[in-house]
Amino acid sequence: MDFSDRFSIPPHDDPMLYASIVAIVLTSIAIVVGVTYFKKWGYLWNNWLTTVDHKRIGIMYIISALLMLFRGGADAVMMRLQTAVPDNTFLDAQHYNEVFTTHGVVMIFFMAMAFIIGMMNFVVPLQIGARDVAFPRLNALSFWLYFTGAMLLNLSFVVGGSPDAGWTNYYPMAGPEFSQHVGVNYYNWALQISGIGTLMTGINFIATIIKMRAPGMKLMKMPIFIWAALITNLMIVLAFPVLTIALLMGTLDRQFLTNFFTTSDGGMDMMWANLFWVWGHPEVYILIIPAFGIYSTIIAAFSERNLYGYTSMVASILAISALSFLVWVHHFFTMGQGALTNSIFSITTMLIAVPTGIKIFNWLLTMWKGKIRFATPMLYSIAFIPLFTIGGSTGVMLGMASADYQYHNTLFLVAHFHNVIIPGVVFAMIAGLIFYWPKMFGFMLNERIGKWAFWNITIGFCLAFFPMYFTGLNGQARRMYTYSEATGFSTLSMISFIGTLLLAVGFVFLVYNIFYSYRHAPRNIGGDPWNARTLEWATHSPVPEYNFAISPTVHSEEAFWDYKENDYELFKGKVEDIHMPNNSGWSIIFAGFFFAFGFFFIFHVWVGVIIAFLGIIGCLIYRSFEKDDGHHIHKEEIEATEKELGGAK
Amino acid sequence: MKLDPKNLPLEYSTETNKLNILGFWIFLSAEIMLFATLFTTYFVYVDRGVGSGPAGAEIFELPPVLIETFLLLTSSFTIGLAVHAMRINRVKAMIWFMVVTLLLGAGFLSVEVYEFIHYYHIGATLQTSGFTAALLTTLGTHGAHVTMGLFWGIMIIIQILRDGLNARTANKSFIFSLYWHFLDVMWIFIFSFIYLKGMM
Amino acid sequence: MKLKGVYIAFFAIISGFLAGCELLVLDPKGPQADKLANVIWISIITMIVVTIVVLVMLTIILFKYRASKQDPDYKPPHIEGNKYVEIIIVGVPILIVAFLSVVSVISVHQVETAPEGYETDEPLVIYASSSNWKWHFSYPEQDIETVNYVFIPTNQNVEFRLYSHGTISSFWIPQLAGQKYAMSDMTNYLNIVAEEPGEYFGRNANFNGEGFAENEFNVTALPADEFDSWIEDIQNTAEPLTEEKFEELLEPGHLGHMTFTGTHQDFMPAPEGENSPHNHGKSDSEDDSGHPH
Ligand code: HEM
Ligand SMILES: [Cu+2]
Repeated sequence: MDFSDRFSIPPHDDPMLYASIVAIVLTSIAIVVGVTYFKKWGYLWNNWLTTVDHKRIGIMYIISALLMLFRGGADAVMMRLQTAVPDNTFLDAQHYNEVFTTHGVVMIFFMAMAFIIGMMNFVVPLQIGARDVAFPRLNALSFWLYFTGAMLLNLSFVVGGSPDAGWTNYYPMAGPEFSQHVGVNYYNWALQISGIGTLMTGINFIATIIKMRAPGMKLMKMPIFIWAALITNLMIVLAFPVLTIALLMGTLDRQFLTNFFTTSDGGMDMMWANLFWVWGHPEVYILIIPAFGIYSTIIAAFSERNLYGYTSMVASILAISALSFLVWVHHFFTMGQGALTNSIFSITTMLIAVPTGIKIFNWLLTMWKGKIRFATPMLYSIAFIPLFTIGGSTGVMLGMASADYQYHNTLFLVAHFHNVIIPGVVFAMIAGLIFYWPKMFGFMLNERIGKWAFWNITIGFCLAFFPMYFTGLNGQARRMYTYSEATGFSTLSMISFIGTLLLAVGFVFLVYNIFYSYRHAPRNIGGDPWNARTLEWATHSPVPEYNFAISPTVHSEEAFWDYKENDYELFKGKVEDIHMPNNSGWSIIFAGFFFAFGFFFIFHVWVGVIIAFLGIIGCLIYRSFEKDDGHHIHKEEIEATEKELGGAK
Repeated sequence: MKLDPKNLPLEYSTETNKLNILGFWIFLSAEIMLFATLFTTYFVYVDRGVGSGPAGAEIFELPPVLIETFLLLTSSFTIGLAVHAMRINRVKAMIWFMVVTLLLGAGFLSVEVYEFIHYYHIGATLQTSGFTAALLTTLGTHGAHVTMGLFWGIMIIIQILRDGLNARTANKSFIFSLYWHFLDVMWIFIFSFIYLKGMM
Repeated sequence: MKLKGVYIAFFAIISGFLAGCELLVLDPKGPQADKLANVIWISIITMIVVTIVVLVMLTIILFKYRASKQDPDYKPPHIEGNKYVEIIIVGVPILIVAFLSVVSVISVHQVETAPEGYETDEPLVIYASSSNWKWHFSYPEQDIETVNYVFIPTNQNVEFRLYSHGTISSFWIPQLAGQKYAMSDMTNYLNIVAEEPGEYFGRNANFNGEGFAENEFNVTALPADEFDSWIEDIQNTAEPLTEEKFEELLEPGHLGHMTFTGTHQDFMPAPEGENSPHNHGKSDSEDDSGHPH
């Protein structure tokens, strides 16, 4: 393809696209002008862009995740609008393909992953009584690499064209033979770069959890969310390298014309599918396990009871994570590998339902004999239980290899995974966000508006996705940009569209709630507004830079509850100087070179690639020689802060 | 520069070092997965991905591979000696052993480059077939790791020359040695399961 | 109670839908699809029972233990767990999964071979190959080829041999059998029997690019004698399929229904047996196409 064609801005001639580009440019200008006008560049740079504080990094992850949720959500509304009525012409096939591809990629990689990593960033060090993660600088780099990947993918919309081969990106369709424009290059590089960031997060959090727990917090005394985080990060470390290699091979195929996944010269298109799902199935559990951790925390807190069956909860997380590496074939039972292989993978797949079932019953039994308060985080957790049971049940149905021949590639499948991901992951993230909001910002979100959001989102979800089970069974394949009247899909599709709108309204309530509460909510809420149970609530709201003035000592997984109820002494010892890492602009600059590297590579601009690569090497050398031993916050300073916040913690 | 426990709390400095080493072990497990994926791919393509190109037995040559193996195994030994020298505080010996290690690594790389050129001349390039792509990607990934190690090693030597042996440089050197041993182990896999198996 | 009403309404709607409309997959017209529909029903019922149990437990717990109903001084107890409860919550899911596994394993073996009652038939072989965004059907015995539509005789085992001229597609006739992939470097086998004459909807279910939505085909099942006369008709009237013509058909795009005599198997054989692209590695390697049934 001609060089200038590759580089075309915009990639298609389309008024909507022009409109969005104008909107993007105007928003960017508005942000720059706004920050300049309010003289906030210094603040932004010193407090956020260069920060190595796990809490701020967590918040930046979550803000990015919310932005991506809106980008992906806009895609979703467009898709359901296009399919709301038969033979619609709102989007043509090519646009529709680009929209569902970016929707999937953005939602999985840049929304869900960012949200869980953001949540782990904020919560994990607090919950283990630490002052930061093991490698704070690496943590900042992880974030900026993720952000780079997200920006690259979003750039594809404006320059060159979005990927259009689905988030599963099957070859040979995604290969150079059938996909000539740069879209899939964007896919490869955006995911490669953010994947490196994710891998580093994995390493960082494993080290943090293994080494930095408060004294007394033995493995079986870790709060359940910490177990979830530990296992999740272990899965990240084991699964993501597979994606790295698969993407590398895809890049070589597309940009250097090798024959990994081609249809000639010994290429094997099934190899991509295998590698993708060897990573991909653990990936969906990387998303859900932290969500399970959040639900366990919230359900215990709002039932005012300890988590039922802690040991079996831990065991089931371990079982799920181990099994999740042994089931990938269920994503292509129909590939023709024969009855025996399919039988084996069918059984391993359904086995996952056992530990999942154990968890569901444990949550129910946690509420049993409790004292249940229906605050919004709890509402999401309660709605999660039946909805996730349905999603898991349809998962088991899909796991029956023979029946999957009928569900595969249909909207039944689409309904399944949204049914587990939205009530599973998204609800957990919203619940967690509302739950931890006071810890993050020192005020609470309005409950009334929160409940409006909750009902819209829950009802919207049911309306949007339950009809798909039926159209799927009625023969509607996924990823079709349109269908004819004769198929009989139209009524249910319209219901689904209405549900999508309700979901969108729910999310608008959520954001409105932030603005509303920012202006009206009281600020003196104390450290423990929810009457919660774990260590993070022993800090002030918002949490000071150093987290704990005195490192806590722990004797159970609910040390803070024991401190409140059973006069357990949490803070033994006295205030001392605290050592903290320094902020640094290195990470963002490093990621900037990665952005340039990825961008130039996508367009085969080798001079640019080399320059960016030298920049990357330069950053590494700089880092190797850098001597940064951090700084100390002095005792007097801490005591003053603590006094101002109301008593030493 | 010796560490002064009053300026820099020793507890912090040793904790960092311990964390770094643990973090690096975790990183190595990710690397193992990375190479495991490459090996798996290679094993799939070695029989079924040849297409119309050459098979392994037709292109592999023993002498360069033996030389590479010899060089890398020896370098693994010398980096071990370097760490030993570090433990008994013989800075000069340590630096020399590291230099020898890097020279052996460079030797390994030169032979590997020769090998690649040879493959190119006999028509087994990256583009020839699924098999050659898997082979060269696996070897190339290992080679890139060695290259990366060379530069890293040089950085560390410079820092030891500049700062002497302290908690920081010792920590880096030790981690570097882990990395280098790891590359050696990966090479043993490559040697046994790619070359020897392919030539048999 | 309000919540209960919502649940009941919800299930009424679901069962109403399931019972009311004729969903293609649950309206099978041949033994293979019939097997699958049974499996689906078994799993739906099992799963509805599970869901109802969870819902009932949840409703009762929420009703009984909500804070507004309790003494303000009530302090929930600390409960670690209980051996017997744990045996139940592990045991019951295991039993359910074991039951479904048996169903799954038996049925997957059944649908991967010729359907019951047709094992001894000599199957009618039809090659179905996909190209962007069409289906080509070759009848090697009858020496004819069709595009985007296929005729099959009723009550006769038809063996579709599936492969692709490019992207991965998934061959699917919901009322007759489940899906199977058509790929460029291997041939897959799918046994189908239609027990009722009629027209069936078939499509590629696996996304393969811009023309995917319209990547459909028609299946017509006819009694054997009508089928034979249809064949004869075509042999007498249709144009021969040349290599140039076939290359033209492979160009990306959509074609209507087309009919030819001769098949492209003569000059562009399916990737099976000695034509499998992955058989060159070792000259003595065994034939891995594993032709079954
Ligand atoms: C009881 C547990 C579960 C079982 C037995 C199960 C089973 C399955 C099966 C068999 C498929 C493949 C269906 C097909 O392609 O034909 C599938 C797809 C999928 N599942 Fe699940 N699942 C479970 C839970 C989950 C969870 C918890 C998540 C995510 C948080 C999830 C996310 C997905 C996704 C994203 C896909 C399909 C992606 C695609 O093809 O685009 N599943 N599941
Ligand atoms: Cu899966």
